Amino acid sequence: MHEAGRDVASALPPILARWRQDPTALVQILRETQEALDWIPPEAIEFIRRGLGLPHSKIEGVAGFYSFFHTRPRGRYRVLFADNIVERLQGSAALMERLCRSLWVEPGKVSEDGLLSVDTTSCIGMGDQGPALLVNNLAVPRLTEARIDELCELIRGEVPLAEWPAGLFAVEDNIRRRDVLLDSQPAPGDVLRAAQARARWGGALPNPLIEELRTARLRGRGGAGFPTALKWASCRGAPLAAGKSRIVVCNADEGEPGTFKDRVLLTTQADLVFDGMTVAAHALGATRGFLYLRGEYRYLLDALQATLARRRAAGLLGRGILGVAGADFDIEIHLGAGAYVCGEESALIESLEGKRGTPRNRPPFPVTHGYLDQPTVVDNVETFACAALIALNGGGWFAGLGSAESSGTKLLSVSGDVERPGVYEFPFGVSVDEVLAAAGARNAQAVQVGGPSGTCIGAAEFGRRIAFEDIPSAGAFMVFDASRDMFEVARNFTHFFAHESCGFCTPCRVGTSLLKNLMDKLANGHGSPYDFVEIEKMNHILQQMSHCGLGHSACNPVLDTIARFRPAYERRLSNPSFEPAFDLDRALAPARQMTGRDDAGAHLAIHGEATK
Amino acid sequence: MSPTFTLDGKEVPFREGQTIIQAAHAAGQWIPHLCYHPEFKPHGSCKLCTVTVNGRHMASCTTQAAAGQVVESDTEALNGERRTLLQMLFVEGNHFCPSCEKSGDCKLQATAYDLGMMTPHFDHFYPCRPVDASHPEILLDFNRCILCSLCVRASRDVDGKSVFALSGRGIGTKLVVNAASGRLADTDVAMDDKAIAVCPVGVILKKRRGFAVPIGERTYDKAPISATEE
Repeated sequence: MHEAGRDVASALPPILARWRQDPTALVQILRETQEALDWIPPEAIEFIRRGLGLPHSKIEGVAGFYSFFHTRPRGRYRVLFADNIVERLQGSAALMERLCRSLWVEPGKVSEDGLLSVDTTSCIGMGDQGPALLVNNLAVPRLTEARIDELCELIRGEVPLAEWPAGLFAVEDNIRRRDVLLDSQPAPGDVLRAAQARARWGGALPNPLIEELRTARLRGRGGAGFPTALKWASCRGAPLAAGKSRIVVCNADEGEPGTFKDRVLLTTQADLVFDGMTVAAHALGATRGFLYLRGEYRYLLDALQATLARRRAAGLLGRGILGVAGADFDIEIHLGAGAYVCGEESALIESLEGKRGTPRNRPPFPVTHGYLDQPTVVDNVETFACAALIALNGGGWFAGLGSAESSGTKLLSVSGDVERPGVYEFPFGVSVDEVLAAAGARNAQAVQVGGPSGTCIGAAEFGRRIAFEDIPSAGAFMVFDASRDMFEVARNFTHFFAHESCGFCTPCRVGTSLLKNLMDKLANGHGSPYDFVEIEKMNHILQQMSHCGLGHSACNPVLDTIARFRPAYERRLSNPSFEPAFDLDRALAPARQMTGRDDAGAHLAIHGEATK
Repeated sequence: MSPTFTLDGKEVPFREGQTIIQAAHAAGQWIPHLCYHPEFKPHGSCKLCTVTVNGRHMASCTTQAAAGQVVESDTEALNGERRTLLQMLFVEGNHFCPSCEKSGDCKLQATAYDLGMMTPHFDHFYPCRPVDASHPEILLDFNRCILCSLCVRASRDVDGKSVFALSGRGIGTKLVVNAASGRLADTDVAMDDKAIAVCPVGVILKKRRGFAVPIGERTYDKAPISATEE
C-alpha cells in the first residue's frame, strides 16, 4: 500500500492538471489513472476526491460502472480476449486456454505473482482480423498459436509493452471496396471553404448548410436513420442560455459486435470526419466538440491527437477558423472504458460529463438539453464524413446516390465465414447477395445485419437490400455458413447483452440475465417446451418495458433465430416435461477442480442417458 | 377547465407540467410504483408504473400528461407484466419476508400482495451481499435492495451529502456508501437524514427498534397499498 501511495503521489498530479481538476472529466481521469498505475487503488480515489471535490461514493460509482476500470489489483499485463461469436468461431477459446495454461493463470483471475490477469471482453472491433485480444487496452489482432506463444514469452520475460514488436499491434485496414466516401481525399481546408461559401458561421435558420443536408436526405449512420438535417435544425433552433454553447459530439463508441468501419474511417479518413464535425459547428455556431472514442480503440488516440494538432496549426480548428472572426471551434477526445451502452447518445453524454453511462429519461432530448444541459448534436463517425462530402459537393449530388429512401453509400463491416473480411463501401440498396458475393461467402446460411441488436436473416432473404426501407444497418455484417449452429450464435449475443446492460431499469438488468440463463439451460441439455414459453415471455418484457434500446433489442437475436432457425432450438428441448435448471453434475464442478479429477467416476450420469 | 386525459376510461384532469402518475394520484387513481416518490425528481428505473399511452408502453412517472391521451393501467396484461417485474426484483436479491423487520411496511411486499404475485417464478440468483452493521444506530441489509435510488436522491438532493450511491453495472449494480472503508460508520450520515427514512424496503433500518408495531397491525397489513397511499 505504501508503494501505491508513492505511485499515486507522482502519477496523479499531472493527470489532474491535464484535465484542469474538472469533475466532468472524471472518466478520463480514472482512465489515465488506470493506465498509469495498472489499477485504481484507494489512495488514488482519495487523491481524486480531494482534487476534484467529489464525494467518494460518486467516484466509486463511476469507477464501478466501466469494465476497464479496476478498483482491485489486476495483473501488470491485463489480457482480454474478444468474445464475440465471430472470434469464438475462429477458435478464440482454445487460444485463451493455451495462453492460460502456458502462463499458469485461470481465466478471470490474477496470477499468483500479480504478473497478469486473463479474461474475456465484448467485441473489440477486430472482427476482420480475429481472433484478437487487448493487452493493457492495446489491440493484438490475427492471433494464432504461434502468436500466443510469442505473447507468453514476452509476458514471462516481463518485457515492457513499449518494447514489444510493433508488428504485434499492427492493425490492417482491409478496405475491400471503395466508393465516394473512402475515395474522397479533399485537400486540407477544401471542405471548410466550401461550407463558408454556402453559409455564414452559425447563421440563423433556415441555414443553407442544413438545407444542403435536407436536400441530400442524409440519415444517421448509427443505425436509427434519423434525418440529420432535422437533428441539426432542432439543435440550431434550441434556445441558448447566457454563457452556454452548442456542442458537437462524434459518437465513435463503435461497440456493436461485428462492427469496425469507424475504426477504418478514423484511421484513413480522420480529416474528413473532423471536417464534418467542423461543418456541424459551422452550421450550429458551436464552440465545443468531442470525439467519444471507444476504449478499445485506445491505440488510435495518438494519431488522432496529431491530426487535431495539425489542423489547429493549419487554421482549420481553434480560434478564427480560416481567418473568420468568431469562427471558434475545437475538438477534445474522450475515451470510453468498456461500456457498450455508452453508444446510446444520452448515456454517451453522461459519460462525457464524467458520470455512469446510464441512458437519460427523454424528453428532453440532447438537441435541446445535452452536454451540461446545452443543445447538443450527437452523430455517428460516418454521418460526419458524409456531412463533409455534402458541404463540399452539395446535397443534390449526394441525393443521387443510393436508393429511394436511403441516399448515399454505406460502409459495411463484413466478418465471419467469408474469404475476404473487411470494410466494403456500397451504395445503399445493395442486396445481401451482392455483398456475400463480393466478400467470397460460400454456403452462407445466415447473416446478422447490424449486429446483435439488428436483424438475423436466412438464405431465403438474401435478396433483401441494405437500406432504411428494407434492412437498416449500423454497419455490422456477420456471415455464418451452413456448418454453424445459429442457437449458439444467439446464445453468445444474450451473454453480450447481459454483460452490457447498464443495470438502471429492472426489466433489462434482471431480464437480460434471466434470458441468458434460459439459453444456457437449453445449451446444457435441460430445455423443455416450458423454457421456450419463458424465453418468449422474457422477450416480450424486454421489448415492452425496458428503458432504452439496449433492452428493447436484447431479445432480437433470439426472436430472429427462433423465427428462422427453429430446429436449432427444438432439438434442445429434449425433455417433454419441465426440467429444473439445477444440474447436480455441473454443481460438482468445483469439487472436481479441487480434487484435480475429471474422470468418469467423478461425474454423475447425465439425465436421459441414465434411463436409456 | 383544466385539460384531461383518460385513465382506464375515466377522465383525469391535470395541470401543465404534471406527469401521468402525479395527475392520476391527485385524482385518487392508483398506479403501482416503487422508485417514484412524490417528493423527488422522477427516476423511471423500476418500471412498475408502466402504463400504455395511446397503446405504447411508457413509464407514467416520467411521461408528461397531455390532453386527450388514452392511458390504460389497471389491465390484466399490464398487471401481469408488473408481476413479472416484481418477481425479477424478488429473485435478484435475497428477500425473506417472515424475518424482515420491514414486513408489513414494505412497499415491495405490499405491491406484490396487491398485484397478486403468488410465487417468485424464476430461479433465485442468491447474490452475496454482506450486511453493514458498522454504524451504532443504523443497519444496512443490502440483501433487500431493489436499486430504486431513493436514498441516493434523498441524500444528494435533500441532505446534501451523497451518503449513498450506486456502483457496479448490470446485474452487479449495488448500493455503496460514501467512505473509503465502505462502512456506513465512516460516513457523515445522521439519524435525521431524509435518506434514512425513505427506503421503501428493508435495507436501511434503525437498530434496536424491532417489532415496535406487531405484525398484523402494520401499514399494509390493514389495507392494500393501493388503498393506503396517496
